Amino acid sequence: MSEQIVPGWELVVGLEVHVELATRTKLFSGSPNRFGDDANVHIDPVTLGLPGALPVLNEHAVELAMRVGLALNCRIEPCTFHRKNYFYPDMPKAYQISQYDQPLNLDGFLDLPDGTRIGVERAHLEEDTGKSTHVGGDGRIHGSEGSLIDFNRAGVPLVEIVSRPDIRTVDQAKDYVNELRAILVAIEASDAKMEEGSMRVDANVSVRRPGEPLGTRCEIKNVNSVRSLGRAIEYEARRQVDLLEAGDRIRQETRHWNESDGRTHTLRVKEDADDYRYFLEPDLVPLVPDREWIERVRSAMPVLPAARRAALGAFLGVPADSAAVWTVVDRGQDAYVLASVDAGGVGERVLVYVQQAFAEAGPNPAVPADGLARLTVMERSGELTATQAKDVLAAMLETASADPAAIARSKGYEAMDTSAIAVAVDEAIAGEPAAWGKYCAGEEKAAGALVGRVMKATKGQADGKVVTALLQERRTANG
Amino acid sequence: MTPRTAVDTAAGVRSGSLRAADVLEEHLARVASREAEIHAFNLVTQDAARARAADIDRRVAAGEDLGPLAGVTIALKDNLCTRGVPTTCSSRILEGWKPPYDASVVERLAAAGAVFVGKTNLDEFAMGSSTENSAFGPTRNPLDTSRVPGGSSGGSAAAVAADFATVAIGSDTGGSIRQPAALCGVVGVKPTYGAVSRYGLIAFASSLDQIGPFTHTVEDAALLMEVISGHDARDSTSIPQPAMQLRQELGKGVEGLRIGRITDLPAGADPGIMARLDAAFAALEAQGASIVDVQVPAFTYGLTAYYLVAPAEASSNLARYDGVRFGMRVEAPDTNAMYSATRAAGFGDEVKRRIMIGTYALSAGYFDAYYGKALKIRRLIANDFAAAYAKADVLLTPTSPTVAFELGSKGDNPLAMYLCDTYTIPTNLVGHPAMSVPFGTAELGLPAGVQIMAPTLGEPVMFRVAAALEEAAK
Repeated sequence: MSEQIVPGWELVVGLEVHVELATRTKLFSGSPNRFGDDANVHIDPVTLGLPGALPVLNEHAVELAMRVGLALNCRIEPCTFHRKNYFYPDMPKAYQISQYDQPLNLDGFLDLPDGTRIGVERAHLEEDTGKSTHVGGDGRIHGSEGSLIDFNRAGVPLVEIVSRPDIRTVDQAKDYVNELRAILVAIEASDAKMEEGSMRVDANVSVRRPGEPLGTRCEIKNVNSVRSLGRAIEYEARRQVDLLEAGDRIRQETRHWNESDGRTHTLRVKEDADDYRYFLEPDLVPLVPDREWIERVRSAMPVLPAARRAALGAFLGVPADSAAVWTVVDRGQDAYVLASVDAGGVGERVLVYVQQAFAEAGPNPAVPADGLARLTVMERSGELTATQAKDVLAAMLETASADPAAIARSKGYEAMDTSAIAVAVDEAIAGEPAAWGKYCAGEEKAAGALVGRVMKATKGQADGKVVTALLQERRTANG
Repeated sequence: MTPRTAVDTAAGVRSGSLRAADVLEEHLARVASREAEIHAFNLVTQDAARARAADIDRRVAAGEDLGPLAGVTIALKDNLCTRGVPTTCSSRILEGWKPPYDASVVERLAAAGAVFVGKTNLDEFAMGSSTENSAFGPTRNPLDTSRVPGGSSGGSAAAVAADFATVAIGSDTGGSIRQPAALCGVVGVKPTYGAVSRYGLIAFASSLDQIGPFTHTVEDAALLMEVISGHDARDSTSIPQPAMQLRQELGKGVEGLRIGRITDLPAGADPGIMARLDAAFAALEAQGASIVDVQVPAFTYGLTAYYLVAPAEASSNLARYDGVRFGMRVEAPDTNAMYSATRAAGFGDEVKRRIMIGTYALSAGYFDAYYGKALKIRRLIANDFAAAYAKADVLLTPTSPTVAFELGSKGDNPLAMYLCDTYTIPTNLVGHPAMSVPFGTAELGLPAGVQIMAPTLGEPVMFRVAAALEEAAK
């Protein structure tokens, strides 16, 4: 936990997270919701805002948004859509259909791994804009020679999740985003990739003396990773503290995080803010999810990552917020780990192998869970060295094999018996007198040369732990 | 000579006793002789119409049944999207734009066998009551070409009155079908909001806009409604119910119906107009209806509320005409300057006036005082109508306070023009159906229309009364 960034000052952060929903089609039209295709192929009269076109709400988007609300412990409410009016070339209708004073999801919370509860004010549905590319200049609209617009993204469904200003440290902000991301992926609402823009985080940052009312906030945009979020908040907090300590005031404004200079820069001040002239979208009717619909969505909700991490950690006897547990649960491989351990696998080794070797394997790895279990047993019993076990696992992954013993045999990984290893150890001592002398004098790292020689002689089949034990035995006998 | 009706045309064409091509040529001949003077159309699609009529005749000869509008000529208001055919809203800003799709209404009419003869003139973006606010010049009233046909669907009303087409389609946001129907002496229907799909209707004020027919007879109007009404999944505000069946209502008479007279109706209608309204009440009473007095106190605030709600929605609906994706663009050094130059050149004065009023009404700090108040008035009017419809099945008012007026006579006075819609606007604010039926003549021997209003989905009773009035007017 990082504590106060500047002693005597408290950080206050609220996060606004935009998430693209993983629907097949757009929020208000039948065009595909797909990333990465040629520009302007996923378009239609509604997407382009052609005269006469009308929006029709995507039911699947509503269900995904309801899942988000349920996962964040929100109330699901009867809601309406509003028009948010402003001119921008990638905004085809010159208004965005969003939710204003009656959002779908209200008043929830998210618990961080450290137990801190962060309030969630709302999570509402809205449509995404198109994407502008400014040609010439530095890539921003000012000073560019022209702009190209891709409307593939226009009308893609978004959920905007607005936290309360309950975050007090940089780590909490990062934890919030990580936990939220894990939830969104687990409930299949979004792939939530900050780097690809399917999850976008804006931070409202202010500082105050502990116990005082909230200070003036600045909104930080253009943060493209969790790491950048931490850097941006920290920079911004220091900037505000410096101003206040110099007797200046904070101006409420939107600031742009610049990754390369590590600073935030004024984008627009509050006085210049657009008047969005919100009014009820007359082309849509109120959305009133009935109890039956909400219950149907609720009953299809999976167990959330925090509970799964807790269950896995408890089962394996490792901390629930360890990196391996996070990773495995994130990838949806916790059920697989549990199955492998149930099949007799060595918990700690199963976890490590899944974390390290199954990054691309998805929730249902091709290697059967009992096969991985057998591998960890062979390794634990000394039939395979750690190096050999890794090698066997790679072969198992290639062939989706459940039989590590057969692979070990085919690779010639017969476990050497201790007497054969002892012969090799004695040859190594004879062949490396200098290293042996240093080792006997208590220089532990001199063992490296001896072990290396044994491994070379046995083509890596000797168990490193046995070699080390034999060397120690010889030294004790010698001394 | 009485124009041939849609019902008779379709029956003749389907039976083979009438050729769609001949019907079309009769209409095109009238267009050739009078269109230069009247200017009902922005575009006459005669080549496509001839091909279509020939195709219909071929298919009839081949034994195909072509639907209830087989061979019926139809004029479409030029704010309805037609695939590949220029659709302008009578605005420079859309000049040259060809929609890549047909409005749902156009699809349904085509499927019923209609022959489209052209796109009719309107007040720019349907903002006006005289069809003088068109970027392409005014339309004149076929009954007296020194006078306006009303608006905003003046081109459609004139096309029917001049028999350029057997029927026409218009849109009604505050009276834009009913008022021109009254001024041109034809039938005009504003259906219940949501009864006819708005998909492909270029929006003026989305919560008020509704598409409807212009016809010579009540029966034709009923037929058109049967074709164009019914649920459309592409319009979220479309009422989920099948197409209306209205022709079966027409012979039922008005015996026992309660016809409401609004005793606190805003004054201002000309004496000749009020005399026709009185005659209408008398005619219905003579046919067995009872006349009941009702009050709709908030009726009088309709105009005020409308001129906040409609411009507010229009300011948002018309923001997309920015020169980026379609229509006109005036080049400028940067995006904001391009928007300004394009919109300054592309929109006419009345459109700009309403965009500014609407933007203001929605602005932070003014919303509650203007747009918010207007929404409250909408609710008050709905409450008052609900009370009135507890006592009466339909309500009768004049459609327009005057007969057709002279071109230019309200020229520089937008408020005088706005008053034309005093009697028609309240139904749009509450989404109810209403229609105008010609009922004799008033001042200067020009036609007067009587407006029949009914509650939501009250079209069946509304058409019963309309048929009775039509009968009485003969």
